[in-house]
Amino acid sequence: MTYMANLSRRSFVIAGAAAGAGLALGFKLPFSPDLVRADDGTPEIDAWVVIRPDDTVVIRIMRSEMGQGTLTGLAQLVAEELECDWSKVTAEFPTPGENLARNRVWGESNTTGSRGIRESNEYVRKGGAIARVMLIQAAANAWNVPVSECSPANGLITHQPSGRSVTYGKVADAAAKLTPPADVPLTPTKDWKIAGKPLKRLDTPDKLVGKTKYGIDVRLPGMLYGAIAACPVFGGTLKSYDEATVRGMPGVQHVVRIGDFAVAVVADSWWRAKTALEALPVVWDEGKNVTVSDATIADFLKEGLDAEPTAVGNQAGDVRAAMAGAAKVVEAVYAFPYRIHAAVEPMNATALYTPERCEVWAPTQNGEDALRAAAQAAGLPLEKCDLHKTFVGGGFGRRGGPTDFVRHAVAVAKQVPGVPIKLLWSREEDTTHDTYHPITQCRMRAALDANNKLIGLHMRISGQSILASLAPARLQNGKDPIAFQSLNPGGAEGAFGYEVPNLLIDHAMRNPSIPAGFWRGVNSNHNALYVECFMDELAHATGENPLAFRLKYLKPKHAAVLQAAAAKAGYGTPAPQGVYRGLAQVMANASYVAACAEVSVENGRVMVRRMVGATNCGHAVNPELITRQVEGSFVYGLSSLLYGECTVRGGRIEQTNFDTWQVMRIDEMPKVDVVVMPDGEFWGGVGEPTISVAAPAVLNAVFAATGKRLRSIPIKESDLRSA
Amino acid sequence: MTALFINGKSHEVDVESNTPLLWVLRDTIGLTGTKYGCGIAQCGACTVHIDGVAARSCQVPVGTVGGRAITTIEALAQNGKLHPVQQAWLDFDVPQCGYCQSGMMMAVVALLKEKPKPTDADIDAAITNICRCGTYQRIRAAIHAAANAQKERP
Repeated sequence: MTYMANLSRRSFVIAGAAAGAGLALGFKLPFSPDLVRADDGTPEIDAWVVIRPDDTVVIRIMRSEMGQGTLTGLAQLVAEELECDWSKVTAEFPTPGENLARNRVWGESNTTGSRGIRESNEYVRKGGAIARVMLIQAAANAWNVPVSECSPANGLITHQPSGRSVTYGKVADAAAKLTPPADVPLTPTKDWKIAGKPLKRLDTPDKLVGKTKYGIDVRLPGMLYGAIAACPVFGGTLKSYDEATVRGMPGVQHVVRIGDFAVAVVADSWWRAKTALEALPVVWDEGKNVTVSDATIADFLKEGLDAEPTAVGNQAGDVRAAMAGAAKVVEAVYAFPYRIHAAVEPMNATALYTPERCEVWAPTQNGEDALRAAAQAAGLPLEKCDLHKTFVGGGFGRRGGPTDFVRHAVAVAKQVPGVPIKLLWSREEDTTHDTYHPITQCRMRAALDANNKLIGLHMRISGQSILASLAPARLQNGKDPIAFQSLNPGGAEGAFGYEVPNLLIDHAMRNPSIPAGFWRGVNSNHNALYVECFMDELAHATGENPLAFRLKYLKPKHAAVLQAAAAKAGYGTPAPQGVYRGLAQVMANASYVAACAEVSVENGRVMVRRMVGATNCGHAVNPELITRQVEGSFVYGLSSLLYGECTVRGGRIEQTNFDTWQVMRIDEMPKVDVVVMPDGEFWGGVGEPTISVAAPAVLNAVFAATGKRLRSIPIKESDLRSA
Repeated sequence: MTALFINGKSHEVDVESNTPLLWVLRDTIGLTGTKYGCGIAQCGACTVHIDGVAARSCQVPVGTVGGRAITTIEALAQNGKLHPVQQAWLDFDVPQCGYCQSGMMMAVVALLKEKPKPTDADIDAAITNICRCGTYQRIRAAIHAAANAQKERP
């Protein structure tokens, strides 16, 4: 099996009107009648499918692959409808420029929010189904028999009455010339043969032999290497630097400004560029944010706990009256820190600029946004630019919303026209110039009646808006709608799970100078932690079992995953000696998920022994890939629960590398069991949702073990030493 | 000029002798399977073998390894046949993004040379590489499978 993300500029030879169609916006689903040929001359059946004479099936994938398995899952969906031979499937990435030039025939490239499969499943399946119909038609035409007498299986078309058969590769050329059918029915889930199966990933073999090309691995003729240093204080600027000092150093070719806040050294190897950059005397104007610290940020957020809200996300009944009339009011204040993404592949992009054209090679989660950023930085129209997606060495949101790595690479390349420049961040630069998990605090307040029934809940989140930091144009009248992820009154994306008659969930936006960004799980991380830890507190306050207490108020789909996780973990049955359990549930990225954690605490040290995850993602396109995402999301969530905090002093992030920002390694990996329980009623995401239940489940287990409520993370040994 | 012996081939490189081996492999020779992750020997993405021993190549000055046998991920498979560790990684479909896995497999191959049947505790102590996708559960299973496969070989 082979597959490619070809680094050479792949172009389609387009015959007919589609060529020059320009850059129409808005997604259409045109299965163009124009004959389009792949590089090797093989005609497309439709945009998704190219079948070579040797029966190799090339499936085009527009979403990015950063480990989550979308490349394989989407190919399975296309192949399911195509009814091809899976062992002959390969995949490739069209460029966003090609997508725009063809009226976005491949749909969205944005690979964030766990949306890769759930939001493109229908059009990619149609892409496969239409190609299948055309192939059968071509065979029927060749045999001069009715289509109804021909049936496909495993890449082979058989004329049933005569028993004649032909492979897809033999009729592909004829099929490509046919007019595509307007619409085709899709295979019901229960009849899936390729989709829904735990097939191996298409991208594994290359990853075993060092062949997979990530952004950092791009090599172009004549390429030079850039190392970047930006002002360590956010909002600060570059005053001056002394280029003469490094001019004579080995391999150094250029020293250039990036905007008003960064400098880059360009040399004939990255090590030489970085060595010279470290020797370069730079003077920064650190600006007004130099006084910002953990303490100033904490005070700023604390004030927001009692201030007028910026936005109300969910409201029912009269929470004030409920509090006034309560037999008991329970209150707790929580806090959630800044975190870095720390993808192991540091930020990078390679750009080649000439006054006529700009091309970029980048590990991006959003090819189209990255292309737009490149065009803007180049000062060229979109159609004079293109972006080549590479495999992504960890995304986690860092390479989705932000496009800084692309813009900066183009800014450098523009100053060295005609020479490809690979701009690579050092780990230290990556750590100190991230867009961080937003910082928030939260006050939870509950009203219980005389029968210990939960009659009112007020949740006040105070803190940072990702949109205000990264995409202010998406704010709505100054409000950040995604601040309420997993807390919404309803909707398909992330609804609050509990039925409480008097409810108020509001947000006081407080934006410190540290830039915030999308971080795997996004706002559901802190929202789920606040809700699920507090529900545990309420169960304790009412003397009820945390599972039974939750089930009184949870909506059915939320309850079902929680019960499944609890059952799989043996919740309610005796745990091994010294092991304690905790629960959490959430709806995020359109899926319902829950976790049961098993922990032990020894000398203040929390050891996570086992995590059980349950997910109802509606449809399970590859159950093994889903299981892996749950396992991996738990690691990402627990790493941060145990270690992940970026502290701020002097307006800058204090941590710089994996020595000062620890992550979980194999010795701390708990056993993970996963229940995949799709109910077939919707399409939900997989890459992120379970991350948000990892931390609260563990914190609730820690309470069960120690009687201590940890309301601020990461867990510090000192918090629990006396336990 | 430094003479290097990498994956069975000789190379002459003209770089400062304190240049980390990692960057010579990647930028000078073009063997990009070995990855940069941290530059301070914390993450293990740059792990290669020097005379059969795992080394974090970001901390190895190229001037110190002249004449020694350097092996990278590109040469782990021999004669078109995957190394048992690579085969186990394939069988368990271990990689997600895959970026750390070159270093991970090189570390595991070295471990199995030293301890052909490692215990979980041996794995915990020896495999300190970072995987941010969180493939550790699969890695552990694949290590045991590779150990068994190696044992069964004549």
